[in-house]
Amino acid sequence: MSTTVSRRNFLKITSIAAGSSLVLGFNFLNDASAADLADVIFSPNAYITISASGLVTLMSPNPELGQGVKTALPMILAEELDVKWDKINVEMAPLNAKYGSQNAGGSGAIRGRFMPIRQAGATARQMLVTAAAQQLNVNEADCYADDGYVIHKPTGKKLSYGELAAKAAALPVPTDVKLKDPKDFKIIGTRVPNIDNHKIVTGVPLYGMDTRREGMLFALVARPPAFGKKFKSFDDTETRKVAGVKNVVQAGNVVAVLATSTWAAKKGRDVLKVAWEDVSKLENTADHETAFAELVNTKAANPSRNDGDIDAALTAPNRVIEAVYEVPPLSHANMEPLNFFADVHDGKADLYGPSQVPAQARTAVARALNIPPDNITMAMPRQGGGFGRKLQPDNAVEAALISAAAKVPVQMMWTREDDLQGDFYRPSSMFKLRAAISPDNQLVAWHNSAAVLSRGRALSPDDFPAAAVPNFRCDSHNLTTNIQTGAWRAPTSNSVVFADESFMDELAHAMKKDPIAMRLELFEKAKNQPVGRMSYNIDKFRSVIDLVTEMSNWGKNTQKNVFHGFACSYAFSSYAAQVAEVTLVNNVPRVTRVYCAINCGRVVNLAGAENQVEGAICDGLSHALFSKITFKDGAVMEKNFNTYRFMHMKDAPIEVIVKFVKTEDPPTGLGEPALPAIAPAVANAIFAATGQRHRKLPFDLDKKVVPPGQIKPIPKES
Amino acid sequence: MATYHVSVNKKIVTVNADPDTPLLWVLRDHLNLVGTKYGCGIGACGACTVHMEGAAVRSCSFPIAGVGTNKITTIEGLSANGDHPVQLAWEETDVPQCGYCQSGQIMAASALLKRNPHPTDADIDANMTNICRCGTHYRIRKAIHLAAKKGGAAK
Repeated sequence: MSTTVSRRNFLKITSIAAGSSLVLGFNFLNDASAADLADVIFSPNAYITISASGLVTLMSPNPELGQGVKTALPMILAEELDVKWDKINVEMAPLNAKYGSQNAGGSGAIRGRFMPIRQAGATARQMLVTAAAQQLNVNEADCYADDGYVIHKPTGKKLSYGELAAKAAALPVPTDVKLKDPKDFKIIGTRVPNIDNHKIVTGVPLYGMDTRREGMLFALVARPPAFGKKFKSFDDTETRKVAGVKNVVQAGNVVAVLATSTWAAKKGRDVLKVAWEDVSKLENTADHETAFAELVNTKAANPSRNDGDIDAALTAPNRVIEAVYEVPPLSHANMEPLNFFADVHDGKADLYGPSQVPAQARTAVARALNIPPDNITMAMPRQGGGFGRKLQPDNAVEAALISAAAKVPVQMMWTREDDLQGDFYRPSSMFKLRAAISPDNQLVAWHNSAAVLSRGRALSPDDFPAAAVPNFRCDSHNLTTNIQTGAWRAPTSNSVVFADESFMDELAHAMKKDPIAMRLELFEKAKNQPVGRMSYNIDKFRSVIDLVTEMSNWGKNTQKNVFHGFACSYAFSSYAAQVAEVTLVNNVPRVTRVYCAINCGRVVNLAGAENQVEGAICDGLSHALFSKITFKDGAVMEKNFNTYRFMHMKDAPIEVIVKFVKTEDPPTGLGEPALPAIAPAVANAIFAATGQRHRKLPFDLDKKVVPPGQIKPIPKES
Repeated sequence: MATYHVSVNKKIVTVNADPDTPLLWVLRDHLNLVGTKYGCGIGACGACTVHMEGAAVRSCSFPIAGVGTNKITTIEGLSANGDHPVQLAWEETDVPQCGYCQSGQIMAASALLKRNPHPTDADIDANMTNICRCGTHYRIRKAIHLAAKKGGAAK
């Protein structure tokens, strides 16, 4: 079966060069000249173009936020196309329906695109092989592709992809193509450095914040100073006197100051008088915590899960263990604060900026401007982080409204203070965990009653140890709020895993069992006598636990002042097991080493994968040690990085050791899965070191010097 | 508004700006040197780090009026061909994830190596106080040690 595509359509791809006018100074191919672009002649699909001069350009369709897809996705294409990695150019694709879903979220880019883009690469390869066979007038079965050439095996004759491009372009596009046998992979599974490294280390403009266009103004925006407040009126008399300020406009619930420089815009905004009115309750973190404490002590009318008889099991003669865990709201605090470029004119809009959901952002802009989505062009720069914040399209909409109101191109940016006050926060939550241990020392009941500051779910009821415990109940309570909440790296898991895996450690100690051995016993129970549904695969879970046990030399540590803690997690179809090593330095715990085993299916880019896991661990550790948002009368108390804290080098592990379980399974998520387990692994290691149980995040360890004499040796496990 | 003649990346440039304008915004908005990044505006994160006479300075909190005749070097001027030992070490160690903080990290690391050509882990702990949100800390440490081996202090 084959589909015919006209040569004229192939040629249309030259529009990738012509259509990129809104991406100034950014989207030129790595080393491509205009001449190379002009002679693009073969493009069997949206992802691949080959010029007569042999230049191969691969389009990376999903936004790059630091998760490495701009390297990994083209690697998959290059593998199936069979070209050398150092002979290609990679370009970030603008928003276009031909690329399908261009979102970055849910650790989904590699998972979702692995097979489709292998197909795309293999299609192009097959057409080049057919073209070579025709050109040489030989049997196609005797020809094969290798590193940018098609070779006729019997004669050794070879033709480059550039030489074959014109002929391949005239062929019908086959729909039934043969993918490479994974044992022949030359690129997938290797270490390829971040494609933009050289540009990053030399300061080349890459980010939305770096956008500079003819005639554009810099815009800073006055937004409500607290949740519960709304814009009422403004007086811009003083603002308009500031040198460089060109205009002040209202756009919805905000007021924008437009100026010839960022500093002028800031000075103008500093003297802008805006009156805000209270429209709803001004909320406080202290009140949220009080409300949580009440909620977790009530039973939900509809529990998320209810196996066996929890009340009967949580009574004598069983031993009941109880603990409450708390996690704070967090900001995404991307290093690159929100920004967007917009040029709205004549019923059209050019937009360029950071988004994890560009298609949704375009729809939102179209609605806000009341113009058709087709009148909007949207492209994405490299982005200075995402972590879930840019799943919201508010930055694009704001920039578009300001440009429309002021009738000029604008580069709208948020200051750090704006960013911390205007987030869609990781919601705070509280978990009351109770468990019953039978007289014969078995875990027979588990009850997690949780409350979260949002309408979302506080826990994942079918996650471990669900199915391993006969009496098992989960209650998920919601505390409604007018504070914006949203997805934050590894949503739900980033909170509930801290509670579950810390509690698991507490139970292991109560049962005098080794924390890993105790979990393995539970997995055996879930395997042999499962109670109800389970979200996880037991063998995959065991694969990471076994690997990290070996990597960390678990249970055999003899170093003085060095202590280990274990935790594991499952998210986005991937499994992580971690051992945190805490060293007491002058009696203060420091996380010195982290061992992590991951099962994420086949690894595409080993270098990028290692980076994601190391990064997720350091990110999770940094927040566990230091970060929290506090609301007072609807306003965020942590105004900047002096109080919204991240770890410095002195707090970071000296070493992060990462290993991947070798498997032929298709790739699963990787941007998020290594984050949830680090906080409990560290909490458990601190307990091993000091006997102190940290049940509330952040730990704030640098303030907690462990008094000498309170240091306990590692408990000897049976 | 005042006129300043400042030395940036070995060139004298003329800038008309308010005296309180932070060097960061002079670089980014007046001189179009956007490799130096804004992160916090209060000198807390180090994304805006540049060199002033070879020493690390957080440009977001340093007014243009204070620059005088001191020579400024930005990431764009750290080396002619992107081959400063610290830049090479950063690429070889594959440090960047999102990359946004890395120009500031590189400027901080290169200033450290200039003062201390072979820093220990403790020296790195004490001197590298830039924030990285992606968690590249472990690789930054590795890259600094690698740059030291490459003769990071030589430049």
